Amino acid sequence: MKKIHYREWGIDSPRYWGLLAVLAAIVAIGGFATLFMEHEGHWVTGMTNQIVWGTPHVFAIFLIVAASGALNVASIGSVFGQKMYKPLARLSGLMAITLLVGGLIVLVLDLGQPSRLIVAMTTYNFKSIFAWNIYLYVGFIAIVAVYLFTMMERKANDYSKGVGVLAFVWRLALTTGTGSIFGFLVARQGYDAAIMAPMFIIMSFAYGLALYLLVLMFTFNTDSRPLGDKLIRRLKNLLGVFVAAIFYFTVVYHLTNLYGTENHAYEAFILRDGGVYTWTFWIGWVLLGMIAPMGILFHPALGMQRGAITIAALLVVLGGLSAIYVIVIGGQAFPMSMFPGYTVVESGYYDGVNGMARHYSPSLPEFLLGLGGFALALLVTFIGVRIMQFLPSSLSDDVTDPHHAS
Amino acid sequence: MSQQTDHLADKARRQFLTKATGVAAATVVAPGVFLHSVGNAAPREEPVNDSVRWGMLIDTSKCADGCNDCVAACDKENGLDQLIKPEGASEEQWDMQRPRWIRSVKLKNNLTGRVTTLPMMCQHCEHPPCVDVCPTGASFRRADGIVMVDRHTCIGCRYCMMACPYNARSFIHENVQLKPTATPRGKGCVESCNLCVHRLDNGLNTTACQEACDKGAIVFGDLRDPESAVSQALAKYPAVQIRADLKLNTGVRYTDV
Ligand code: SF4
Ligand code: SF4
Repeated sequence: MKKIHYREWGIDSPRYWGLLAVLAAIVAIGGFATLFMEHEGHWVTGMTNQIVWGTPHVFAIFLIVAASGALNVASIGSVFGQKMYKPLARLSGLMAITLLVGGLIVLVLDLGQPSRLIVAMTTYNFKSIFAWNIYLYVGFIAIVAVYLFTMMERKANDYSKGVGVLAFVWRLALTTGTGSIFGFLVARQGYDAAIMAPMFIIMSFAYGLALYLLVLMFTFNTDSRPLGDKLIRRLKNLLGVFVAAIFYFTVVYHLTNLYGTENHAYEAFILRDGGVYTWTFWIGWVLLGMIAPMGILFHPALGMQRGAITIAALLVVLGGLSAIYVIVIGGQAFPMSMFPGYTVVESGYYDGVNGMARHYSPSLPEFLLGLGGFALALLVTFIGVRIMQFLPSSLSDDVTDPHHAS
Repeated sequence: MSQQTDHLADKARRQFLTKATGVAAATVVAPGVFLHSVGNAAPREEPVNDSVRWGMLIDTSKCADGCNDCVAACDKENGLDQLIKPEGASEEQWDMQRPRWIRSVKLKNNLTGRVTTLPMMCQHCEHPPCVDVCPTGASFRRADGIVMVDRHTCIGCRYCMMACPYNARSFIHENVQLKPTATPRGKGCVESCNLCVHRLDNGLNTTACQEACDKGAIVFGDLRDPESAVSQALAKYPAVQIRADLKLNTGVRYTDV
């Protein structure tokens, strides 16, 4: 294997600034949407006392989950010693940080009192998994930053492996923590499942890798760096395997739910009668998010084409957003069973009268806030690769693969 | 753990002290407000402790279909009726977004078809999930069993609303124009039934809903005192907790469901 050299992103200036301008505009629009929501209060959103977490949470959780997954590429190189992945590690670390920051900002800006963030940082309730998550997130950013430093500063190279292992362990804890946010909600039928945490880990693998692949192909393409077929094939196969694993967990999750009688109603809601949630589940999560990308990635011809791989990765992202939408919002829309054995016939507070789902229609400002978080993550990533040496000069097959016969 | 309880008791006292002036003033300005008060009502001077546990027994057989008295009384007592629908909000949306501490629920037994009405509110769990999940500790349980939100440390994350099995909490979605003294309120915070804590802290031992219910469906009092009306009633009738399977040991109990 040849020595790897890293170089700043060489996209030509007009395109670079154009790209930044577009992303910055999306961030700004998201910012204005937030100001509007904060000024007016949450009544301008689709959120209510029944659906308390809306579209911003979908984006925020997706980004946070994807962030830990983006670090995977680096982990495969340093923790599992796969040489081919070594040169990919820097971008992987960078994206882990930027995606997490994007997600956290959305989460914070959707608080009822974002200005009290300082309270959240200083007053803790250690029983709350949410409070633990604040530590997990901040720690993750710090550890990955150190990890990047050990990779980029030659004198610190020796520590890279150790920090890499720490970062890997930390990211598992982080995703488990994010998944557990739902696991702790004992009263809600869709959430109270032990399988939630491992399912989030496997989702993070897929969503993080999909975003990583997209950024990698885009940056290499725009400044004409060599990007070998072998490497791409490896990554896309890995993505396919991760998506297949989500598929497996999805099936197991719903089968175990169907096994317990008390969850039948919830299953019927998601799988059959839930209207928009049922559609989002089957079309978004299953068809577009899993079947279609697997079909592309494992297809002997399509799976070789960069364009098709790009589409597959985009579909995985779309499927991921759908999956989180179904989990977060569908899980709330399904009325809690407060009076088992009874039917609520009237209520002054929407307690699932006659089993009816709670109503939520996402509003534009919420969506813009979420999108703003996405754009912010990409914006920081692109600035990062432009001013610092995150990207290898070449990832052609003879560089990454020691056995490549050139 | 005891340290935490002390801390909470302390916090409650500090809060209480800051609020007390306002309430006392209100007593002077409008003595009629406390017309129902017992003769020796006086502001509490000691920090709350666990020698009392406030609770309720609701006799659903007395709860009349179509009656809204407790809900109206609570709305009035806690200023919920003073909230104005934001301009531009649809009636339907506002109805889902406005806070509600107590509500009337009508149930039909799936087997017998028998219909019951009952008021639902925060059940003042002994092991409240809303307190467990709150990242800042704003959602807290006082030593005397009242579960409430500290409006000054609530960051509005709404995790407690996700965790509450009884859908008991409300988020303030809109700007608040009129701020009642007894119930501090602000946009972006969560609140729920606090058993009229301002009354209890001023030496009264009734809640607005109990007082309003002339059918006697709500019995309120100290669950630890065997002589209290609520303990006596609990001893007499078989009462249940809603979602008893969650083992939260609720402070609000129901008979005849
Ligand atoms: S009923 Fe809900 S809000 Fe009240 S103490 Fe229990 S969990 Fe908390
Ligand atoms: S909304 Fe307020 S009281 Fe509820 S969990 Fe968040 S910080 Fe605690």
